[in-house]
Amino acid sequence: MEETIKEITGEDQKYVINMGPQHPSTHGVLRLVVSLKGEIVRNVEPHIGYVHRGMEKMCESITYPQIIHLTDRMDYLSAHINNEAVCLNVEKALEIDIPDRVRVIRTIMSELTRIQSHQLWWASFGMDLGGLTCFFYGLRDREKIMDIFEETCGGRLIVSYNCPGGLMYDIHPNFQKRTKDFIKYFRKILPEYDQLLTGNVIFKERTRGIGRLSLEDAISYGVTGPSGRASGFSCDVRKHDPYSAYDRVNFREVLFNDGDTYHRYLARIEEMKESMNIIDQLIDNIPEGPFAVKMKPVIKLPEGEYYQRVETARGELGVFIISDGNKNPYRVKFRSPSFVNLSVLNLISKDFKIADLVAIAGSLDFVIPDIDR
Amino acid sequence: MPFDIYDFTSFTKWIDTGLQNSMSPFWTIVVEMLIIGVLILTFYALIGLFLVYAERKVCAFMQNRLGPNRVGPFGIFQTIADLVKLLLVELIPIKNADKFLFNLAPFIVIIASFMAIAAIPFAKGLHAIDLNIGLFYVIAVSAMGVIGVLLAGWSSNNKYSLIGAMRSGAQIVSYELSVGLSLITVVILAGSMQLSEIVLAQADGWFIFKGHIPAFIAFIVFLVASTAETNRGPFDLAEAESELTAGYHTEYSGIKFAFFFLAEYMNMFIVASIAATVFLGGWMPFHVGHWDGFNHIMDFIPPFIWYIVKTFFVIFLMMWFKWTFPRLRIDQLLTLEWKYLLPINLVNILIMSFIVLMGWHY
Repeated sequence: MEETIKEITGEDQKYVINMGPQHPSTHGVLRLVVSLKGEIVRNVEPHIGYVHRGMEKMCESITYPQIIHLTDRMDYLSAHINNEAVCLNVEKALEIDIPDRVRVIRTIMSELTRIQSHQLWWASFGMDLGGLTCFFYGLRDREKIMDIFEETCGGRLIVSYNCPGGLMYDIHPNFQKRTKDFIKYFRKILPEYDQLLTGNVIFKERTRGIGRLSLEDAISYGVTGPSGRASGFSCDVRKHDPYSAYDRVNFREVLFNDGDTYHRYLARIEEMKESMNIIDQLIDNIPEGPFAVKMKPVIKLPEGEYYQRVETARGELGVFIISDGNKNPYRVKFRSPSFVNLSVLNLISKDFKIADLVAIAGSLDFVIPDIDR
Repeated sequence: MPFDIYDFTSFTKWIDTGLQNSMSPFWTIVVEMLIIGVLILTFYALIGLFLVYAERKVCAFMQNRLGPNRVGPFGIFQTIADLVKLLLVELIPIKNADKFLFNLAPFIVIIASFMAIAAIPFAKGLHAIDLNIGLFYVIAVSAMGVIGVLLAGWSSNNKYSLIGAMRSGAQIVSYELSVGLSLITVVILAGSMQLSEIVLAQADGWFIFKGHIPAFIAFIVFLVASTAETNRGPFDLAEAESELTAGYHTEYSGIKFAFFFLAEYMNMFIVASIAATVFLGGWMPFHVGHWDGFNHIMDFIPPFIWYIVKTFFVIFLMMWFKWTFPRLRIDQLLTLEWKYLLPINLVNILIMSFIVLMGWHY
C-alpha cells in the first residue's frame, strides 16, 4: 500500500506525453515519448521508423544510377548533396577522372542546396519558438533558389541532377546570372533575419545556455554538421577530406565553443554566409568542357568495399558500398547525419522545460526521412 | 463643451421617455434591456468577425502575403464564411471527458468577455451601464475567463490541454496583478473609478500625456500585462502551437471552438478599449494646447470614431508584437511579471501618488 502511494505521489511519478507522430514541432513523423515532471522534461525517448522505406535493402536490387534517385528521398533538403555522395563513390570505385566543369558545378549546386536547407531550417526554427513570421521570410528567399534549381535541373526539391560520371545535363544559360543575382539579394536580406530573430531579447533568452552539448559528447556521439561544430568539433568534411572543388576554394570552417542552442543557430547563419563566399569564388570561373564523361550503359563496380563521405547541410553523410562485381551492389549502408544527431537529444534536453525541448529539437535540425531511410 | 453636438444622452433619454409614455415602468425596463442586449450582441459579433479579418490582414502584411482576398471584395466575407463553416461542422464527442464541464467551459469564457463589454463607454452617453466602480468591474469580470480556460483544460481529458490550462492559470493570476496595479496608477490621477468620469477628466489632455512619465510607464506595463492576460503572442503559452498543439482548446471543435476563438479576439478588444479609455482619452478628440483651429476641427470628428481609432491602434500594437516576437517560456513569463513588472508597478504607483499629492500633474 505504502509503495503504491509512493509510486503515485513520489518523485518518480511521470507525466508521459507523446509528442508525435503527428505534432507540429517534430517536422514529420517522429514520435518523442516525453516524461515530464510538471513542465520539466525528465526523459525523452525518440521512437522512429514511421517513414522507414527500407532504402538500404532496396538499393541491393537496383542499379547504381537508380540508387542516386533514391537518395534524393533520404534527406530531401540536401537532395543534391546526397546524389553527389553516391556519384563520387561510384566514380571513385571506377577510377574515372571527372571533368573540372562537373566538379565546379557540383560544388556550386551543393552550396546552393546548403543555403536553401538552412533557410528552411531558419524558417521552421523561428516557428518552433513561436515567431510565425520567420517561416514566411525563410520560404520567400528559399523560393529563389528553388527557381534556380528548377531552371537547371527541372526539379525543385528532388533535383536528381547527378549521374555517375557527371551531370544529367549542362547548366542553363541563365544559371550564372541568376545565382549571382541571388547572392547579391541574399547578402542584403540576411541582416533582416538577424533583426527579426537573432537580435531579439526573447529569442536570446529562449536559446542561450539551453541544451548545451559538450565537445566530448559531440565527439563520442558523433554529432556532425553545424550542430557538432557549434560545440567546437571540427568535423567539416569539405575541409578535412575535400571532394569536388572544395580544395580550390577558400572558406572558413564555422566553429563555436559553447554548444548551446543559440550557437547551433549562429553556426547555421554563419554557414550560409560561408556558402555564399564559396559560390562567389566559383560562379565566374566555371571551366569549359564536357558536363559528363561517357559511361558504359551498364555500370558494374569492381569487387570491393567503397566509402565516400560528404558534408550535407546536417552533417556528415557516409555512403558505404560493398560490390560483388554485379550491376547491383551487394550491400549499401548510409551513415545519415540526422539519425546520429537524434541520439543526443535525450542527453541534452534533460531537465529543461518542454518548450526548450522543442527549441533543442529544432536546433538539431532533423529531417525525418533521413533518420528512418 | 464642443463635443456635446455628438452627445448620445439626449438620444437615449428621448427613447426612454418615449417608452415610458407608452407602457408601464416594468415593461419599459424589459424592452430597454432587450434593445441593449441585442445591440451589444450584434456589436460583439460584428467586432469579433472584423477583428479576425483584421488580424489575418495585419499578419499577412507582416509576412509578405496577401491574406484573405477571394470571398467578397478584399476578402471581407472570409470570416463570415468561416463562421458558417464552424456552425455547420460536426461537434466531435470526446471519450471520457467530463461532459458537463466540457460543455460549460466555452460559455464561461464567452460570458466573461460579454459582460466586460457592457461597461465600456463608446461615446458620450453611449454605454450599457455606467458603474461608479466601472474599472474594477471590468477587471473583475474579464478575469473570470480563466475559469473557463481551466475547466476546458481539465475536462478535456487530454494531457496537452491540461498543461495549457495550468500555464494559463499561472499566467492570468500573475498578470492580473500588473493589469490592476497599472490601472490604479491612473485611478490615482483621475480620482475616480467610473469610466465615464475618467474619460471626462481627460478633456484637456489624455492621461498618457498628463501623468508625466509614470502614466507612460503604466501604459507600457498595461499593454504587456494585458497581452499576457488575453493569452496572445508572445505570451500565448496556453495554446503554444509548437509545444502543445493547441493547448486548452485542443479537443474542441465546431462552434465551441469558435467561442474560444471569438472570446480571444473580444478579450483583445476589451483590453484595447480599456487602454484607449484610460490612457488615450477614450472618445475624447485629440487636442493640442492652444491651437484652437486644430482643436475645433478635431471636435467635429464624432467621438465614436475617435474611440474606434484609438482602440484599433492599440489592437494593431498587440498584433504587431504577436507576429514579430517569438514566444516566451513559462519560467521567463513568470520572472517577467514577478521580478520586473510588479516592482516597477509598485514604484510607479508611489511616484504617481507623490506627483498627485504635490499637484505636479498638468
